[in-house]
This record gives sequence, C-alpha cells and structure tokens, in this order.
Amino acid sequence: MSRVNVIQGVALLLGTAALATLPLWLADSYYVNIATQILFYAVFALALNVLVGYAGLTSLGHAALFGVSGYTAGLLLASGQGQLASVLAALVVTVLMSALFAVLSLRATGIGFLMITLALGQILWGLTYRWASLTNGDNGVTVADRPSPLGLSLADPSAFYWLTLLAFLVCAASMVLFVRSPFGASLRGTRDQPRRMSALGFDVWTIRFLAFTLSGFWSAVAGLLFVYYNQFISPQVMSLQSSAEVLLMVISGGTATLAGPVVGAALVVIMKNVVSAYVERWNMVLGIVFVLIISFMPEGLVPGTARLVRSAYRGLCGPGKAEVPASEGASEQPRELRVRAEAGR
Amino acid sequence: MWSLLTINSISFGGLLFLLSAGFSLIFGLMRIPNLMHGSFFMLGAYVGASLAQRGYDFWLAALAGAGVTLIVGGLVERVLLRRLAGQPLAQVLLTLGLSFIVADLCLMIWTGDPIQPGTPAGLRSSVAALGTTVPLYRLAVVVLAVAVAAALWLLIEHSRLGAMIRAGVDDAPIARAMGIRVSSLFTFVFCLGAGLAGFAGVVGSPILSVYPGLDADMLPLALIVVILGGAGSLVGALLGSLLIGFLYNFGQAMLPDLSYVILFLPMLIVLLVRPQGLLGRVAL
Repeated sequence: MSRVNVIQGVALLLGTAALATLPLWLADSYYVNIATQILFYAVFALALNVLVGYAGLTSLGHAALFGVSGYTAGLLLASGQGQLASVLAALVVTVLMSALFAVLSLRATGIGFLMITLALGQILWGLTYRWASLTNGDNGVTVADRPSPLGLSLADPSAFYWLTLLAFLVCAASMVLFVRSPFGASLRGTRDQPRRMSALGFDVWTIRFLAFTLSGFWSAVAGLLFVYYNQFISPQVMSLQSSAEVLLMVISGGTATLAGPVVGAALVVIMKNVVSAYVERWNMVLGIVFVLIISFMPEGLVPGTARLVRSAYRGLCGPGKAEVPASEGASEQPRELRVRAEAGR
Repeated sequence: MWSLLTINSISFGGLLFLLSAGFSLIFGLMRIPNLMHGSFFMLGAYVGASLAQRGYDFWLAALAGAGVTLIVGGLVERVLLRRLAGQPLAQVLLTLGLSFIVADLCLMIWTGDPIQPGTPAGLRSSVAALGTTVPLYRLAVVVLAVAVAAALWLLIEHSRLGAMIRAGVDDAPIARAMGIRVSSLFTFVFCLGAGLAGFAGVVGSPILSVYPGLDADMLPLALIVVILGGAGSLVGALLGSLLIGFLYNFGQAMLPDLSYVILFLPMLIVLLVRPQGLLGRVAL
C-alpha cells in the first residue's frame, strides 16, 4: 500500500466514524434530519451516476423511478399490506419499470436517450397526477407508520438516520465494487468506444441494459427511504424538476466519480434547506446554479478541486518527484459534458 | 358532440403546430431539444395576456408577446448557447436551467393567479357548422395555423434562406464548407422558433388561460409532436400536432383519468417501430 492509500483509508475510516456517531454530537434533530436527507439523496445520485457518469447516458426521467418505488410502497401500505411485503414489492416493481424504461430508451444514446427518458418520466408523472382514483392525485399518499425491523422502532430521527446511513454505506460499497469490476470496466468501454466494444464481442446493449436496472434498483432504495422519511409522497416528487435536481447533484459534484454525487447531494440538499429558510425562490436558485455549473465548471466540483489539489501538490514536491495521488477517479479523464457523434449507433 | 370535439381537436392541433414547428426546426438544425420552448410559450402568453387585459388590441399584444420571446431567444442563443457550441448535452441542460429561471421570474412578476384574457373582439360569436355551434375564435386559430404553416413552407422550401437551413439540417459540416454561415442560421432559427412559441402562447391564452406550470404542460407536448413527426420536418410537425390534438381532446372526453398517458402511446409505438419519426430527416 502506498502512502496515499493509507491516508485515504484513514480518512475513510474517520469519515465513517463521524457519520455513524453524528446523532450523538448533533443535539438538534433538525440537523440529523438534514443529514438523513443528504444520505438518501446521495444514494439516488449515486444510482443516477451509474448511467450519467459510467454509461454516458443522461437520464431526465429518474425521478419517476424514485417516485414509482415510493408510490408502490405507499399505496400498498395504505391498502393494508405488511411493511416487508410493501418494501419488497416496491423494489420489484421499480426494477421492472426501469427495465421497461431501458428497453424503450436504449434505442437511442445521447440527446435521443435524454428526450425519451424525459417523456417516459412525464408519462408516470401524469399518471400519478391525473389518475386520482388510484393515486389520490395532487393530495398525495400518506404513510402512517415507519417499519420496525427486528422490533427496533424507526420513529425517532436518530434511528431513521442510522438506517439511512446503513443503506448509504451498502450502496457506496456496491458502487466501489461495481466500478472496479469487469462489468464496470466494460460499461465505461461502451461509454467511450461503443463500436470498438461491439467489435471486441461485447454486447453493448445488454451492458447498458444491466447498468440501467442497477441504477433503477438503487433509485428504488432511495425512493423507499424518501417515502418513509417524509411519510408522504405526492406527484411533485416525480416532476421534471425533481429529475433535474438529482441530475444537478451528479453534475455539480462530478460525474463518473464516487465522491462527486455524494458531495453534490450534500450541496443541493443544504442549499435547498438554507435557501428556503430565507427566500421562497428555490426554483430560481436551482436554475442559476445549473447554468453556472454548466457554463463554468462542467467537470463538477470534485474533479475540479482534485485538479487544483493535484497541481498544488506537484508544486510543493517539485516537478521531479511529484507523485500523482491515485484518487478513485484517477483512471478517469475529467469528462466534459459531451455527446459523441457516433456513426453507428 | 363529436363534431365539436373534432373542431376543438383541429384548433388545438393548430396551436400545437405553432409551438412545435420552431421546436422541430431548432432540433433539426442545432441537434438539441430546446427545453426552454415551453417557457417561451408561457412568457409570450403572460406578456400578451397582460397587455390584452390592459385594453391593448389582442393581435398587437400577440405580436408584442412574440417580439419579447424572439429577443429573449436571440439573447439566449447568442450569449449563452454559443459558448457551449459542440457540446449538445451541456446546451440542453443549460436550456433546462434557464426554463426554471423563466418559470420563477414569471411567478414573481405575474403571481400565481391565472390570467384569462377575453377572446378578441369580432371573434366572440359562434357559427353553426356541422350540426353544432362552433366558437369563431377556434376557427380563427385554425386559419392562423394554416397561414403560418404556408408561410413557413414557402420560407423553408422556396427561399434561398430555406435552402440554406435545409442544407444545415441535412449536413452542417458540408454546409459550412460550402460557405453557408451555419452559426448565423442557428440564431435565426432559434429566434424564429422562440417568437413562434411566444405567439402561440398568446393565441392559446383565451382557450388555455395562462398559469404557472403552463410551460411544463406544453413542453412535453412539443416533445411528443417532434418525436412523432420527426425532427426537422415541417410536415412531420403538422402531422404530429394534428394527431396529438385529436388524442388530447378525445382522450380527455372519454378517459379523463388516462388522457395524459394516452398522448404518449403513439410516441412509444413510433419509437419502437420507426425511431426517426414518421417523416423525420434526422434520427434521434
């Protein structure tokens, strides 16, 4: 292990310890709740990053998958089903829905993919909004109780925080495994050189399809955490604005990195809570941040800062013996928001 | 009832054509779906409707609405989109961010209360036709849409500028190599599309009324029309608009719960069977 890896390991350990003990030293449950929101949005952003970052497919309909999961659980609970059955059904329904999304939207890549996912997301939004006899329309669905797995009550903010943290850690670990796995490598291959991957015998479509369902699964988990956290879900959750928010989390933090979406989720959630306390204009702020990030820092905050740190490090050590820190995104070139014009889609 | 539904469908289709013709041309030429298109529709509608309410002539107000969105569109293209030339994804996301800003500005200026301008004088009566009474204004919308379609067709198919636009849609690099200033065409087409969308917003306002969220209601419709008809094709936009006009009105009358979803069914079928759209020049 190199020195950098040791430093990284220690930092990771300290970070996890800090997160795990957070409800103990944050007395105010308001802040614990914000931390919970950051964590489940981080799961959602990590899920979207599988597509946006590693597959090069920008989806603008992911809030629909997040919402389908929440709605399925909420409606089943409201109809008197058990907690476990509702949770499992929500996961299964959402993964099937993302498979359907994938079949329809993977006919295209780039802008076409974006348009189709946008339209599909709008369909599901329209369903929840207009099909009032099923979904209660704009009034939304209320979830009476949080589950109590193994007899542990999750009603308390700290207890729910720890559940969310557990889900987040499992998700983050699965993302590390995914990125390092041959599957992760082949997915990046289909992003950068789809035709060569095809010529090498890889089934580009199937790889993308699997990535989409993986992304759908973690979106479902995030959606479940959301609906249990708020104990309420309404069509607003599935709107284009929500899809744009999660995309902003991924892009602002940095696509195709592991830390990026987490930082982005923290940024957006904190901004949303702080801004709404002072002004009503969250939409305006969202739009302005979007425009600024895309115009001036398209690579995102994490790769942008990493680049600055790297050059500072090199400056300190002198050019000769500079060791480039092997950050988790070291194998990735900083990717700009580009759509390649491929001849053979 | 059937004949009234038919007339309503055709006039809504005409309105959709005014909205989506520009969307289709922008997509065909610049290869980006302009996610601000619904915002132009709403902005134009707000400007026009509030002018009409203050007693200005309705058609003058409609031109003013179109003028405002034309200028805003031109500024967006020249100042912001141009900086991101060659990065379509960033351009799309930029228009998405701008659409949030426009929506919030409109909410700030015109508050959340819907505005419904009166039908312009001279078109308030109804005529008896096809065994029903048809509001004259609906017929006027149809006539207007046909006139704009004819003008656009002449512009695109029978003018030097149109020939350059078609060349740009078919192959921008070669068009550039032939000495056509494709980037100036971008500005022209973007302004034209934005102006048309703003005009459509004012024309639609007596029927739809103007409210926050109108942009998000109209944008997906333009999106379906273009996926359905094919990007960059005027005839495709016309065909798609009429189809969606019928589905929208008949769906709402017969299956109100599912009307919004029914709109997207033909889009899904077209995507599966013919991804470039019914009459598309450019594949998605």
